[in-house]
Amino acid sequence: MILADALVKTFAGKTAVDRVSFQVRQGEVLGFLGPNGAGKSTTMRMIAGCLEPDGGRAAVAGFDSAMQRRQAQSQLGYLPEGAPAYPAMTPRGFVRFSLRARGFSGAGLEAAAELALARASLGAAAERPIGTLSKGYKRRAALAAAIAHDPLVLILDEPTDGLDPNQKDGVRALITAMAPDKAIIISTHLLDEVEAICTRAILIAGGRVMADETPGALAKLGPQGDLPSAFRALTAPSGEVISHRPGRRAT
Amino acid sequence: MTGLNAVYRRELAAYFQTPLAWVFLTVFAIAAPSLTWRAGRLFETGRADLAPLFDYLPWLLLVLMPALAMRAWAEERDRGTLETLLASPIALWEAALGKFLAAWSVAGLALMLTFPLWIAVNWLGSPDNAAIATAYFGALLLAGGYLAVGQALSAATSNQVIAFVLGASACLLITLAGLPLALDALSAWLPGAAAEALAELSALSRFESLRRGVISLPDMAYFLSLIVLGLGAAMTLIDARRGGGR
Repeated sequence: MILADALVKTFAGKTAVDRVSFQVRQGEVLGFLGPNGAGKSTTMRMIAGCLEPDGGRAAVAGFDSAMQRRQAQSQLGYLPEGAPAYPAMTPRGFVRFSLRARGFSGAGLEAAAELALARASLGAAAERPIGTLSKGYKRRAALAAAIAHDPLVLILDEPTDGLDPNQKDGVRALITAMAPDKAIIISTHLLDEVEAICTRAILIAGGRVMADETPGALAKLGPQGDLPSAFRALTAPSGEVISHRPGRRAT
Repeated sequence: MTGLNAVYRRELAAYFQTPLAWVFLTVFAIAAPSLTWRAGRLFETGRADLAPLFDYLPWLLLVLMPALAMRAWAEERDRGTLETLLASPIALWEAALGKFLAAWSVAGLALMLTFPLWIAVNWLGSPDNAAIATAYFGALLLAGGYLAVGQALSAATSNQVIAFVLGASACLLITLAGLPLALDALSAWLPGAAAEALAELSALSRFESLRRGVISLPDMAYFLSLIVLGLGAAMTLIDARRGGGR
């Protein structure tokens, strides 16, 4: 359902993403790991169609993210880094806008908005301007807009950043509940989150895929046999590629 | 068209969810009649028409339209919502046109706030209402042209103040190009044909015939071209961002 095939992106001569390849199938939750500036967000932006790759291609639900952008984006729910939203709008208004942009109207729109707001546990905050909400509620408002149209593919850039432990548990439970019907990518710095909800993890550093394993197999790559030590070992400046399975192509 | 409808409704609501539309409409409702009465001396001309209003309207519009357009893309870029917009299945032309039509609707509402003046001159005399209606139509087209130029420059920066300054400067240039002062200066620097061609691009001279009640195809084509060019430039600038990051 998600394909990244030798994606390349350079900014001002610096390669931010260097031949990144992977595939995510329905039912998989892929954890995207890596230090800041590793190329995670850039890769997700290229898959989401808001950034064009300099090389390679990305596809969502069989549609090319650059050449068939609108079809691909119709199947996609995307939560950008920082969960940007319109501060003067209420979460309900924001979710309605997202649904209306995808052709929803009338009772179908209202029902989908209600469900998304409930799944994101917005409660009474759904009626308050987003600019007045706490960071956690703002993130949930953006998450509600991303999931409202029940897309086949979800790309969530740090979905639990800034949430308190209870809110994190809620979002993780939501992702786990949606997982069987969707292909999901989440980027995170929280390694416990990867163990809790991801079926697979890709570790990216310097724009390149350093490892593509199940969370358990990835942990074993670390000297201490856990994810933090694997992360440190694989992302250290002098770290060498321990496991690299790029280029698994769609069938 | 679902994207166009969604963006139009969101943008129109955004104007009224913030103080922007209210401040804009209040300033317009005060400034337009004040200029007409005081500077234009509406009641001292002895004529039942709205010429004093349409004398000053272009100058008011060239300041207020960039203020209305400055947020169009600059705000999206500054807040990061441009990424959300670019990741949604909304065509860029739908987003640009939706934003433009929302701002144009507010501009139309502002022009309607001057209708009491129209009613007043009808009460005082027998004006040529068809000519006044044509002048209002011309003012709406002029506002549209300024808005499109403002939107294009809003797409060039993430700072709304810079977008406003650039937009107002560009609108001033296309307005001044038709004045004798500018024409004299241009003729000193440019060949006669080039100076004349630049004068033809003046929004003020195009508005002049409409304000006199004359609808001509070239004038209509000029304003529609200005709108299309402005929106096209905005779309090009935003689309270029897909290739270069947020």
